[in-house]
Amino acid sequence: MRLAFHLRAPGLAWIPVWRRNFLVWQKLFAASVLGNLADPLIMLFGLGYGLGAMLPSVSGMSYMAFFAAGSLCSATMMTASFESMFSGFSRMHGQKTWDAILHSPLTIDDVVTAEIVWSASKAWLTGSTILAVVAVFGLSGSWLALLALPAAFLVGLTFSSIGLVMTVLARNWDFFSFYMTLVLTPMMMVSGVFFPLEQLPPAVQAVAKALPLHHGISLVRPAVAGQLPPDALLHVAVLLGYAVVAYGCAIGTARKRFAS
Amino acid sequence: MSAALEVAGLRKSYGATEVLRGVDFSVAQGECFGLLGPNGAGKTTTLKISLGLAAPDGGTVRLLGHEVPADASTARRRTGVVPQFDNLDPDFTCAENLVVYGRYFGLPTDEIARRIPRLMEFAGLQGREDAKLHALSGGMKRRLTLARALVNDPDVVFMDEPTTGLDPQARHLIWERLRRLRAEGKTLVLTTHFMEEAERLCTRLLVIDQGRVIAVGSPRELIAAHIEPQVVEVHGNGLEAWVEVARSLAPRVEVAGETAFCYAADVAPVLASLEGQADLAYLHRPANLEDVFLKLTGRDLRD
Repeated sequence: MRLAFHLRAPGLAWIPVWRRNFLVWQKLFAASVLGNLADPLIMLFGLGYGLGAMLPSVSGMSYMAFFAAGSLCSATMMTASFESMFSGFSRMHGQKTWDAILHSPLTIDDVVTAEIVWSASKAWLTGSTILAVVAVFGLSGSWLALLALPAAFLVGLTFSSIGLVMTVLARNWDFFSFYMTLVLTPMMMVSGVFFPLEQLPPAVQAVAKALPLHHGISLVRPAVAGQLPPDALLHVAVLLGYAVVAYGCAIGTARKRFAS
Repeated sequence: MSAALEVAGLRKSYGATEVLRGVDFSVAQGECFGLLGPNGAGKTTTLKISLGLAAPDGGTVRLLGHEVPADASTARRRTGVVPQFDNLDPDFTCAENLVVYGRYFGLPTDEIARRIPRLMEFAGLQGREDAKLHALSGGMKRRLTLARALVNDPDVVFMDEPTTGLDPQARHLIWERLRRLRAEGKTLVLTTHFMEEAERLCTRLLVIDQGRVIAVGSPRELIAAHIEPQVVEVHGNGLEAWVEVARSLAPRVEVAGETAFCYAADVAPVLASLEGQADLAYLHRPANLEDVFLKLTGRDLRD
């Protein structure tokens, strides 16, 4: 498309598309909950209890609380990525849901916005459920832990936006395994989900600090420990920066894909 | 009243392939306008550009008075679309498909709910509001797609091959419904490969091939202008020898594979020469739109 790229502020026209995805989610509730909530919880208890017995305290918290805060972020990231990529690709490519929507007054910008906010919403549900588990099991004694709720939504937005860029660029399902294997999995390893970032060589730490997941964890972990996150504004800004740039890329690539 | 759709000088290329090379036409309100053409002629691209879903390389489109693509979203408020391939939501029931789709037009849920009984009746799907999509036959899905295209009570309905893949019963039902829509004053723009469909439904037709308009007019005008009124189709073992004779008896004789088509205003001499030819079988019929189409676009296969 020849028109100069400009990003319009999204209005509210995208909400019916969000509601469409929500209605599907309500219908497929059981399977969806199993995949997005049970999976990280099993991981949390499996790893957390086992390792927690050996490592009573990490960075001044119980290992269980330390790992819960990290996995809150990584599970949120994974839900956002899976929803925006695999489910998004199925709606865009397999079911041609996007094509149907584009025959209404809605535009591709509305569809992209709705997909990203939807994936972030679903991811937020994963994150907030883990937070509920944290509360129920007494892993956090502070109301400050509630800061993890907006932080999880922001992490969701960031990874949904990036995931949707992958979706719009994808020609087939295999494309996603590159991103999963080469980006998401290594990011999870270096961002301090399982162990403190300080365990890693300085060069790897520097890379981790440039990646968004670390900034999500830097917001959530202190909050769970009952502290106001240090440098909170910086972490929010990095996550927002990734989200906005990826949102722009998603809109641009989607306009190109759908205008030809 | 201005035209429902005005297309002028439309050009579009995909890479090195020129799909549209200057297409002009205009559809008046209340018409049923048919786009005919072989595969790859540019029909679907013309529809896409008319709806503002693809930007043309040149030319202008006005849909319901709105400039497209600049103001396409506004124009689409008053437009319905039946795409070539059904893209209903497989996870939803019939009614949910209509509700969800109506909300894309900004309609409140209760307003859509009020429209559903009439839409379901129109689709011949009364009582199936709660039916799951996978429980519907191909024809039912097609009708639900048509109902979905009407959820916003549009002024213009675009249909890309609305009856492809349907059995005769389902096709006739769709035809009957499309006539009802015209009676309600709606403008229909459709593409089709079925000449019978075009002849029955369309007030005016546009034949395009290789991105150019090659004929436009009512079905009768096209038949009158482009083809001799009578046809004799001949096939059989003795065809080769007979064709040489036939060429002097009919103004135009076309041989396609094992069959000869003799076109003439008066086919009596052709019929007389077929008397007593035991090794030839023939069919005498009036010329139809398919003859016009094949004459204009050739008999070669298009892929």
